[in-house]
Amino acid sequence: MDHNILVKVIIRTVKYVTRATYSEGKSNANGAKWTTLTPAIHRMDGVTVCGKKGTLHFIRFPTAEMSNFLELAKKKGMATLVTTVCATGGGAFKFEDAFRREVNMRLEKYDELDSLIRGILFVESHYPRECYYWADPTDDDKCRKVTYDFSRPYPFIVVNIGSGVSILAVYGPNNYKRISGTSLGGGTFLGLCCLLTGCATFEEAIELAAGGDNKRVDKLIRDIYGGSYERFGLSGELVAASFGQMISKDRRDTVSREDLARATLVTITNNIGSIARLSALNEKISRVVFVGNFLRVNEISMKLLAYAMDYWSSGTLKALFLEHEGYFGAVGCLISFNDGIS
Amino acid sequence: MNKETAVSITLPETVQVFRNLKTAKRFAIDIGGSLTKIAYYSTVPCRRVSYDKDSCEDHQNENFTYTLSEGARLHFVKFETKYITDCLNFIAAHLVNSHEDMTGKSIKATGGGAYKYTDLIQEKLGLSVDKEDEMACLIKGCNFLLKNISDEAFVYHRNGNPEYEFQTAHTNIFPYLLVNIGSGVSIMKVESEEKYERIGGTATGGGTFWGLGSLLTKAKGFDELLKLAEKGEHRHVDLLVRDIYGGDCKVLGLPGDVIASSFGRVCQSRETNENVTDEDVARSLLFVISNDIGQIASLYAMMNNLKKVYFGGYFLRNHPLSMHTISYSINYWSRGSVQSLFLRHEGYLGAIGAFLKGAEEWDGDKYSWLENYAGSSGLKTGSVLLDSNVPVHQLELDRWESALTYCPLLLEPANYIPDTVDLNADQEAREYWLHCFEEKIDTFVSRAISSQPNNATAVERAELFKEKYIKRLHHLKVQPFAYGNLTVRSLLDTIEHYLREFDFPDPFLLQRQQENEFALMSLKERLDELDAMDTKERHKDLIISFLAGNIFDWGAKEIARMLETNTFGFNEAKAKVPERPWLIDNLDEWLVRMTGPAYSKVAIFVDNSGADIVLGVIPFVRELLRHNTKVILCANSAPALNDVMHTEMVILLKKISALCPVIEAAVTCGKLIVMENAQSGPCLDLSRLGKEIADELRTTDLIVLEGMGRAVHTNLEAKFTCDSLKIAVIKNSWLAKRLGGNMFAVICKYEKGIKQ
Repeated sequence: MDHNILVKVIIRTVKYVTRATYSEGKSNANGAKWTTLTPAIHRMDGVTVCGKKGTLHFIRFPTAEMSNFLELAKKKGMATLVTTVCATGGGAFKFEDAFRREVNMRLEKYDELDSLIRGILFVESHYPRECYYWADPTDDDKCRKVTYDFSRPYPFIVVNIGSGVSILAVYGPNNYKRISGTSLGGGTFLGLCCLLTGCATFEEAIELAAGGDNKRVDKLIRDIYGGSYERFGLSGELVAASFGQMISKDRRDTVSREDLARATLVTITNNIGSIARLSALNEKISRVVFVGNFLRVNEISMKLLAYAMDYWSSGTLKALFLEHEGYFGAVGCLISFNDGIS
Repeated sequence: MNKETAVSITLPETVQVFRNLKTAKRFAIDIGGSLTKIAYYSTVPCRRVSYDKDSCEDHQNENFTYTLSEGARLHFVKFETKYITDCLNFIAAHLVNSHEDMTGKSIKATGGGAYKYTDLIQEKLGLSVDKEDEMACLIKGCNFLLKNISDEAFVYHRNGNPEYEFQTAHTNIFPYLLVNIGSGVSIMKVESEEKYERIGGTATGGGTFWGLGSLLTKAKGFDELLKLAEKGEHRHVDLLVRDIYGGDCKVLGLPGDVIASSFGRVCQSRETNENVTDEDVARSLLFVISNDIGQIASLYAMMNNLKKVYFGGYFLRNHPLSMHTISYSINYWSRGSVQSLFLRHEGYLGAIGAFLKGAEEWDGDKYSWLENYAGSSGLKTGSVLLDSNVPVHQLELDRWESALTYCPLLLEPANYIPDTVDLNADQEAREYWLHCFEEKIDTFVSRAISSQPNNATAVERAELFKEKYIKRLHHLKVQPFAYGNLTVRSLLDTIEHYLREFDFPDPFLLQRQQENEFALMSLKERLDELDAMDTKERHKDLIISFLAGNIFDWGAKEIARMLETNTFGFNEAKAKVPERPWLIDNLDEWLVRMTGPAYSKVAIFVDNSGADIVLGVIPFVRELLRHNTKVILCANSAPALNDVMHTEMVILLKKISALCPVIEAAVTCGKLIVMENAQSGPCLDLSRLGKEIADELRTTDLIVLEGMGRAVHTNLEAKFTCDSLKIAVIKNSWLAKRLGGNMFAVICKYEKGIKQ
């Protein structure tokens, strides 16, 4: 389980039910009755794990809904099919007791970062269009996704944006370290949006942001200097102070929810971009892979990151993204679990 | 009455803000989004007692020759930008120079608001506005403060003792990283006065804290937000590692208390949100922004191999929680390799720089600047009010008419700290000294009044002096760190600053001259006594006499009482020198050394007038001269208590020459010289000596420090590359006890030089 926002469940369906995995057949993937849960579901066909070919189903739901999930699992008799569930993320520790108590399942815990990296490498090698970058990110018409050949990945930086952010430098399959992180992550975006706009979900916050303009909230270089700050090559359009205009009551009174959501998203994204860029430069690594659920349905952030990494590094750094951004931890731990039993 | 005393003495200005506008010469202004800083240069009329005239006969009439000279002073006034019109009106109304006089002149302006308020400045002051680059000004201001102002920079330890670890002013300040936290954050790499660049920044800065804080809480303004943050509980808002992992995250080495996601708890459930207060939100916001700035600053520092990061700008405001968070963040992310340093006058960087830009001829090689403790606001000090209730803070710097440098004999100049006891850290000593100075203030008051017997305003000024100084002492009781390291030296310097501020340039003048005359009468007899002794006995007696002389000190309250009886003479003083072994007793080593090869050059930092210099020091000097040693008498440049002053020393030597042919010959051939040491207080800061004396010291092979001020309160632990002799009698029973001795405990510390 990833950080608290979301829980990702992977169910592998194969012809035979194995000891290690649990299948509920297609019905699940097509939307089993999740009581109050509204899970998001993806699938990946024709994947071979542990010598068996099958389909991976990706399901996620907010960690806050864990009790509902356990309720459902109990009703569906999950424990009769499997006794062990592989788990990772902070909740693997936090909910261990609840799993045993409620559904009599044992959690086989895997290191979160190990799982993340194994997951990335596994998915990338099985899904040819997994890794991509954004070309012309600032031009709405020309902007497009371009597949990136990530077959020789090392070394690379992983920026995992969950509720918080972890930044890892990866030198080889089993050789990585956590080099940085920040508490300004997806949770901060959602938390601030929630307080500023009254929205309740990530999707809602992103939707608001899509319709807003941060330039009505932030103080730009031109707001301070009347134009660009030429001596240091800072364009007048750059944000000088996030939320800087909000110190004025008049401005606060006229700003919209959408503008506030957009400013929050831009602030968080740019900050992550800065820390990622500086960390990469300090490690002298040029490829930076951004993953995590913050990027889900969030093209605004991806394009901003793509632009910022390129602009501020004068083209020396490349921002890369992965199609299955939020599931690598779960995939990685499934792989590890299978490796363990085979 | 001498004709020159006719110069009228007026009461000091009652205005406490924007002082000396009458003589203001040049202005600079730094207009930020929240705070505006105005800088100006003024000349301060200052009376000095003239020592050049050899007119001791007149002294019976208590009249001295005063010369009126002009001191230069820099004023910096800081206020909220919303009061800019009030402040400009105030300046316009108080400028003696009429509007027309100002026309055609310009004001240096910097800061984001410089362009916005150009018209207003022109209209109010009649000055044209010259805009200066903001970053260049910040860096210039920062360099200036670091090089000139003692204890400008400090390391902050929120729960440490001391809480503020101040750094001494330095000439070697480069390279460093300057992080200016205004609305946004700019990060500059500074390699020299000329070489610097903006290497980065972040938009998450003071404006973000203020803007988001205004949206999320009911706080009105920046300071209210900071106050809220003091009281909040960020755990109600932030998601901690423990909320995710149920405890510490051992794999990642993250303790459970670490914030995993700022504001991450907010959207989890509606119920928790209802319990979230403005205070909690403000605190979380302060943490997230301070942490973020610290992290980004440390990344830039590491990338550029810089060990020191200084912070400027309006965000910090020397706010403890913010400084603590930033320090913690920098230490954490750099794994201790980068040090975060804060500045006492962080808000003034731009204004200082802009001012200096307009005054490039004010060469750092010719002048140096000293903080005027009487006219400056302290760290976190409540503001003074302008007449229209506009709160302002100020900083005043007095110009010293020469460049200052380190004593070249110091073993480790970079680590030199003049003061023996840090009263910020030592609570017991702090309480004692603050109390002691408060008790002693009346002797200063009565001496100040009696130094100007014919002056109508003397009593009133002396009372004002007392009121202000006691107010300062009370403030220091609560905030001992308000003006940098609190030390006996700084307390003594503060007295001098206040005395000068209230136009008592030298209350002890008469005292000193009388004592000198009195001591001169016994000199011949004293020298004859010494000549009758055999060498070994004489060498020992010279040290005893040196010590006995040092007992004559009006600065020590217990001695002052004895001296006032007039029956206390040199022989009585010799009898007071305790039996050996002394508290620090290297007499034997010293006596052995005296039988060895003679020193080629000795520098003596002398202490008191009267018996001390005449009967204690001069015979010692004569002995050295007889060994063909060159001697430099290093005396104070400006008056302080009854300490011998440079100009007085010159006159005194003439008189001594008439009594002693050895001295006369040495003065004539330049074997005995007097130099001023650039000090204006009774202590000795060897990091601030004049260039001339520093050059002379380079070839000195023995340095002698005399008295409590120079060898106990300061420099007791100082290590030198040449031999050193520290001689003092401790004339304060509390201090003597604390050092493990009794009243009149003797310091006779002789140390061999440590070769580098």
